[in-house]
Amino acid sequence: MIDIPEYLRPVVALGCPALGSIFILLFGRRPNLREGVTLLAGLLQFLIVFSMVPTVMSGKTIQSYLFPILPGIHFGFRVDAFGLMFAITASFLWILVSIYSIGYMRALQEHAQTRYYFCFALAIFGAVGVALSGNLVTMYIFYEILTVSTYPLVAHEQSSEALFAGRKYLAYLLTSGVFLLAAIVFTYSMAETTDFSPKGILSLAFSSRSTLIFLFVFFILGFMKAAYFPCHSWLPTAMVAPTPVSALLHAVAVVKAGVFGIVRTVCYIYGIDLMRDLGLGIMLASFAALTMIGASLFAVAQDNLKKRLAYSTISQLSFIIFGVALLSPMGVTGAMIYIPFHGFMKITLFLCAGAILVASGKKNISEMAGIGRAMPITMLAFTVGALGMCGAPPVAGFISKWFLAIGAIQSGQMVFLALLLIASLLDVVYFYPIIRTAFFEKMPQDEVLKEREAKVALFSKKTEIIETRRPLYYFILLPIAITASFSILFCLFPDLFHIYGLAQAAIRDLFWRF
Amino acid sequence: LVVVVSLLSAITIFIAGWINRKTSCYISIATLLGQFIASLFILHHVMTIGPIYYRLGGWVPPWGIEYVMDALNAYVLVILLFLGLVCVIYSKRNIEHELPQKVVSFYTIYQLLITGLCGITVTGDIFNMYVFIEITSLSAYALIASRGKIALKASFTYLVLGSIGACFFLLGIGFLYAITGSLNIRDLSLLLPPFYGNKVVLAAFVFFIVGLSIKMALFPLHTWLPDAHAFAPAEISAMLSGIIIEVATYAFIRVAFSVFTPRFLRLLPVFDILCWLGAAAIIIGSILAITQVNLKRMLAYSSVANMGYIVLALGLSISARTAPWGGLNPALMHILNHALMKGCLFLVAGAFIYKADLWYITDFQGLGKKMPYTCAAFVIAAISMIGVPPSVGFASKLYMILASIESGKPIFVAVLLISSLLNLVYFWRIIETMYMKRAEGENHSHASHKAHVQRAEVPLGMLLPIWVLASLCIIMGILWLANVPTPILNQVNAMFRLDMMP
Repeated sequence: MIDIPEYLRPVVALGCPALGSIFILLFGRRPNLREGVTLLAGLLQFLIVFSMVPTVMSGKTIQSYLFPILPGIHFGFRVDAFGLMFAITASFLWILVSIYSIGYMRALQEHAQTRYYFCFALAIFGAVGVALSGNLVTMYIFYEILTVSTYPLVAHEQSSEALFAGRKYLAYLLTSGVFLLAAIVFTYSMAETTDFSPKGILSLAFSSRSTLIFLFVFFILGFMKAAYFPCHSWLPTAMVAPTPVSALLHAVAVVKAGVFGIVRTVCYIYGIDLMRDLGLGIMLASFAALTMIGASLFAVAQDNLKKRLAYSTISQLSFIIFGVALLSPMGVTGAMIYIPFHGFMKITLFLCAGAILVASGKKNISEMAGIGRAMPITMLAFTVGALGMCGAPPVAGFISKWFLAIGAIQSGQMVFLALLLIASLLDVVYFYPIIRTAFFEKMPQDEVLKEREAKVALFSKKTEIIETRRPLYYFILLPIAITASFSILFCLFPDLFHIYGLAQAAIRDLFWRF
Repeated sequence: LVVVVSLLSAITIFIAGWINRKTSCYISIATLLGQFIASLFILHHVMTIGPIYYRLGGWVPPWGIEYVMDALNAYVLVILLFLGLVCVIYSKRNIEHELPQKVVSFYTIYQLLITGLCGITVTGDIFNMYVFIEITSLSAYALIASRGKIALKASFTYLVLGSIGACFFLLGIGFLYAITGSLNIRDLSLLLPPFYGNKVVLAAFVFFIVGLSIKMALFPLHTWLPDAHAFAPAEISAMLSGIIIEVATYAFIRVAFSVFTPRFLRLLPVFDILCWLGAAAIIIGSILAITQVNLKRMLAYSSVANMGYIVLALGLSISARTAPWGGLNPALMHILNHALMKGCLFLVAGAFIYKADLWYITDFQGLGKKMPYTCAAFVIAAISMIGVPPSVGFASKLYMILASIESGKPIFVAVLLISSLLNLVYFWRIIETMYMKRAEGENHSHASHKAHVQRAEVPLGMLLPIWVLASLCIIMGILWLANVPTPILNQVNAMFRLDMMP
């Protein structure tokens, strides 16, 4: 593995899921082999991506350009600290979600599993491609692959509701892709390059202020995957997908690709200075703040656990956008480390939601009274995740929120600090009831239970621990335990996987190089 | 030696049409394969050494008929023969199924069609071009009508409109001949410049444009196309949409850029008008496509829209100049790309009809399971029409957008982008039906998913062509992005002096 020349590593890293997807199709009739391939591809990919860390940490970038697309644009990869952070997160979580999927999909006897694993691999291919790509055009290509490949996952259920969700998903995201393409092309026609650069490639020299602001709006519309208000509604609708997919959509691939794109645009296309000159930071921050608070309020009203988590995601994503929009070193640091940290925490929450669904068949929070006793490990993990979301130590969310808060102070906008704290408080408001219901409320009485014939069996003994009832469930529990413990470890050792170091390296590039 | 290759290519076409009565299909395949390989050699020769001139009967050009091969028509010839080859392989099974009594005549006329198309492409003489256009059209009428019944009406509409188009073209030739006394394209381009202001020349030009626009099914002269496409056998629809209207476009390029010159075109606002017509075709074609329930009709309207793309790219060609997307590049690119995509889609539509007699989109429920390979090919071609990277559709879309920005007409960027959304609407509807909607009567319980779905795939002879085209949609897309074929296009531009500043 170590022998691979450095410039080829991004290509090989992408090759893993791409080849993997082909093998998955070939082995469609043999589930064990098929899932083995998925795991193997994930593991290899993670190792390769991780092997790039030392170089990038030393302040260099790994570049590999394959072939020219247009003058000044190559199809190629440029691995820098920020991209690597995202790639590590995505590839590591892919392994875990794959393990989880095995348990989840088999336990529920889902149909079309080959298609499911195939699209999953393709989606990861797209996500890691977005992370590693060296310019906007390459990124756009992977971005669209990601969009298309997740459609079958969203519509997996094939019920009319799922179809509607899928259609909505595509309508939103491909439309936004169109905006993105337009923005990219205009950028190219102005700057004659679309390579990411820590200084930004656009400047006032190219065009008037209003044009640049207009272009920025196009970019933001293009990254609709970030699910900011008022373009967020595809995300809760997409919750009909199987839970591992929701976990993928929310924690790893899709929404993070959107946020990632926004950070890229702000920091590497416009550059911090230009953003400040144009006053776009304030604009973006206000939008993000609106989303943070609005989405939290929506979340309170949801009874379906996954939908509530979806709104929570919308809100959390805007924390990231918010951090970047502060345009201060600490704010951007916070935003960058928020991406992996939120990834780990949110995936824990979603996996828990899925586990509850598999083991007890429950989707709504109001039905979950006392479930903490039946599924202690799951709910413990859930609690960890939820605490992290609220920003309480000792969970990773604390660190990232800490940086965001310092960033807000650095940028001198006390209003934003207040907004940040209010939004965090709202996180508590919508997570607390879940925990309370799960642990402190009594389970429904037997008479009520008998009406739900299918579920009675599961609860015949009140304190039976249902989460380990079948050996298959260990596939589900293991990833949950891992992500939850990582969520805590990230707080105690933020430099695990060099996440913090990478963020520092990226910030050095952005703020102190010129 | 090269002249011999060219000669071989030309002569085999002529002979094959009349001789192969018995084992017609195999002879057709062999001939086309030979021609295709020959055309590749020609392309290579043209690229490395230079244009080929072949004088028919040894007469010296202005009087005798001359065949000219340069980068432009070598390129078109390769596309044309490739698609012809793919379709004929496909047709073997399909025609035996659909038209059992008419196999021989089918292949005879098919060869005639190819002859006509090759003729249009290689000829260096404008009257000769007219003759070949007529050959092409007549054989196309016959092929469209071959299913009988309602197809006859479609064919008749095409016949009437096509003849009108041809008349316009002939009138144009007559006017030019009256002015210059020559019919040779190179000769004309030398003789014409002094007459550029002349009313007669202008009239001739307009006649050419109108005549060819009918053949190209350029909006608003597209009315013959949907019926013709919908009722022809699948491979003929594929040829019609993928090649016949494209070759008409080639003729258009030839007339506009070889007979006349870009200098002449800049005198008139013709190309601006073309841009707008193209844009209108794109939008209206796509909207009409959305309203269709018959798959082949829908594809036909999509062809109208795609011709709009090509014409729009043509219209932009004289104002965009930067190397990779300047000049004719986007238009030529899209000619190839559209041939691949639409060819594939029509063949797939044919496969559905062949296997299950399915014409309507709503009947496609559950096909994704029944015919997995065919449907997968459809999906690839469809996302390529939508323009998702890294497919061919994305490459053309990107280049056209860049071209329209450079020409300073951002409005067309909007048109292109909106149209890709419209494409999304009408193609995704089908994909969704094929894969996601459950077939009627199928249970919602999980047990029924386990039940083995009966596969009913089309025979390999039909599947292979479909997959060749589908995979080329992706491979060519990457090649375009990697700029592999651009030298050919650049040579075309150099030929018409489009790469230079005015």
